[in-house]
Amino acid sequence: MAPPPPTADVIEATMPGTAFHRERGTQMKEVGFAVGLLALLSIALLTLLVLIVDVIVEGAGSLSASFFTETTSRIDPGSSGIAGPIMGTLYLMLVCAAFIIPVGVASAIYLEEYANREKWFNRAIEVNIQNLAAVPSIVYGVLGLAFLVRGPLSLGNVVLAGGLTLGLLVLPVVIVAGREAIRAVPPSIREGSMALGATKWQTIWKQVLPASIPGIATGTILALSRAIGEAAPLIVVGAIAFATTSDTSIFSGTFSALPIQIFGWTADANEAFKPLAAAAIIVLMGILLAMNAVAIWLRNRFEQKW
Amino acid sequence: MPLGVKRRRWGEEVIRALLFLAATISILTTVGIVIALMAESIPFFVDVGSKFFTDGSWSPLFADPEFGIWQLLNGTFLITGIAILVAIPIGLASAIYLSEYASRRVRKIIKPALEVLVGVPTVVFGYFALTFVTPEILQAVGIDVKGFNALSAGLVMGIMIVPTIASISEDAMRAVPQGLREGAYGLGSTKRQVAMRVVFPAALSGIVAAIVLGVSRGVGETMIVLLAAGLQPNFGINPTEGFATITTFMGSAADGDNPAGSIGYQSIFACGTILFFLTLAMNMVAIRFVRKYRQVYD
Repeated sequence: MAPPPPTADVIEATMPGTAFHRERGTQMKEVGFAVGLLALLSIALLTLLVLIVDVIVEGAGSLSASFFTETTSRIDPGSSGIAGPIMGTLYLMLVCAAFIIPVGVASAIYLEEYANREKWFNRAIEVNIQNLAAVPSIVYGVLGLAFLVRGPLSLGNVVLAGGLTLGLLVLPVVIVAGREAIRAVPPSIREGSMALGATKWQTIWKQVLPASIPGIATGTILALSRAIGEAAPLIVVGAIAFATTSDTSIFSGTFSALPIQIFGWTADANEAFKPLAAAAIIVLMGILLAMNAVAIWLRNRFEQKW
Repeated sequence: MPLGVKRRRWGEEVIRALLFLAATISILTTVGIVIALMAESIPFFVDVGSKFFTDGSWSPLFADPEFGIWQLLNGTFLITGIAILVAIPIGLASAIYLSEYASRRVRKIIKPALEVLVGVPTVVFGYFALTFVTPEILQAVGIDVKGFNALSAGLVMGIMIVPTIASISEDAMRAVPQGLREGAYGLGSTKRQVAMRVVFPAALSGIVAAIVLGVSRGVGETMIVLLAAGLQPNFGINPTEGFATITTFMGSAADGDNPAGSIGYQSIFACGTILFFLTLAMNMVAIRFVRKYRQVYD
């Protein structure tokens, strides 16, 4: 933050006769500029507000207990619900978490504790993680389609394929957060442990990792909250918008997910489905809000000051 | 065993190897993406050849297919162009305000609000563009847009990109040393002059990076365009019409109706290839610009 320059009357008061008074036009320009900045900024925030209000107005009427327990219907909006998509999303997140937590944390430990940054291979991993973050999500869908759904693994259009695809998409988030958490543990902790005769891995497992769990947990929740809203890669790997049953399995059968259902209902030619889309958006944003609240709470509650 | 001689601990070595293996998954992801894209695109490009650039329209799924990529690029860059026209003024104004004007307290309110905007799933933005912006704003004020149109998708995408541009540019502006500002104030500059003639130019490489990354996000965005811009490949710059983009074609063609090996299936991967290298190139340019401002002031 820049300190404000002394105004003309302050200068006049402290050093009489030295202040040069700016012209009125300059003052106007200054104020106008600041107001303009604020006005532009508020366009973005207002849009967010309008979006939220619009979704609530459109969707609140469709939120009922049966909305959560009914399965989706292609014909009758009145008896349609999100039981299937909710189960699908839940299973997707389970698969995703089971993948990104071990792999993400292990990668972070390797890069922070073992990797010799002089070696080209380790630098390549770092540059690569940076670049992966910019790959459009739909391209991950293509990766999942080629390698997981069909091709070498041929899992089919199942939750496992969808969850792993989302996992690959958000893996960099966990790695970056994990690295930051591990780096925040001071070297003295490691040196103390090693001096007492612990091996490198014992030091990491018993000292470094426990101390960095809050940071890792926060990163994982943020990664999952990104994955939970993704629709594009799931469309490509074959999630469907009308799961007629909530009987989802990880390894077999078709599946839906909340964002896919929102897409399906929004794109439906039958206007009567639009309020359902809005109601499903309220549910999805509610889940997102809760996840972020937990992440913030974790960060504030367990953050360790060394 | 004498002191100082290292005994090999096999357990430690195995763990190290496992951790290394986990770290290579990110490399394998990139390699996997390239292989997946190439495996299907190479047969596609061998088959289609120069028609990719010479055909007039894009209709690979029709009985009488055409393979000209230009319509999809047209749609992609028209919509991203609208988005960036919205996102640059709003994003940069936000960055200048947050970096130069806002008090600590105001920042504490505005920054999380912008982060909420980042967290909104893009399918929600798509819903908003299709069911609110098109009928309740554009058509309501008398702009004669079709139900699916580039304008609504572009405007909403612009709002989606704002936080990207705002946060990266703000970082760049805050990295400008305080001494430059104080020097300018010492010479009698006003706050606006400091912001526009000192901080802005000094942060320019970061701002360029922010804009390039914003464009890259727009080009790769799928759900907003899939819902709001329609699927009709189109030429021109009339934003009231519907346009297909690279991503909308991929999203709509990947519905399982195109069996592996068919030209329709391959065309998804061909589009993915174009998209991947387009965004990769933009990201590399952006990283280069970011590195530049870091080098100058850190």
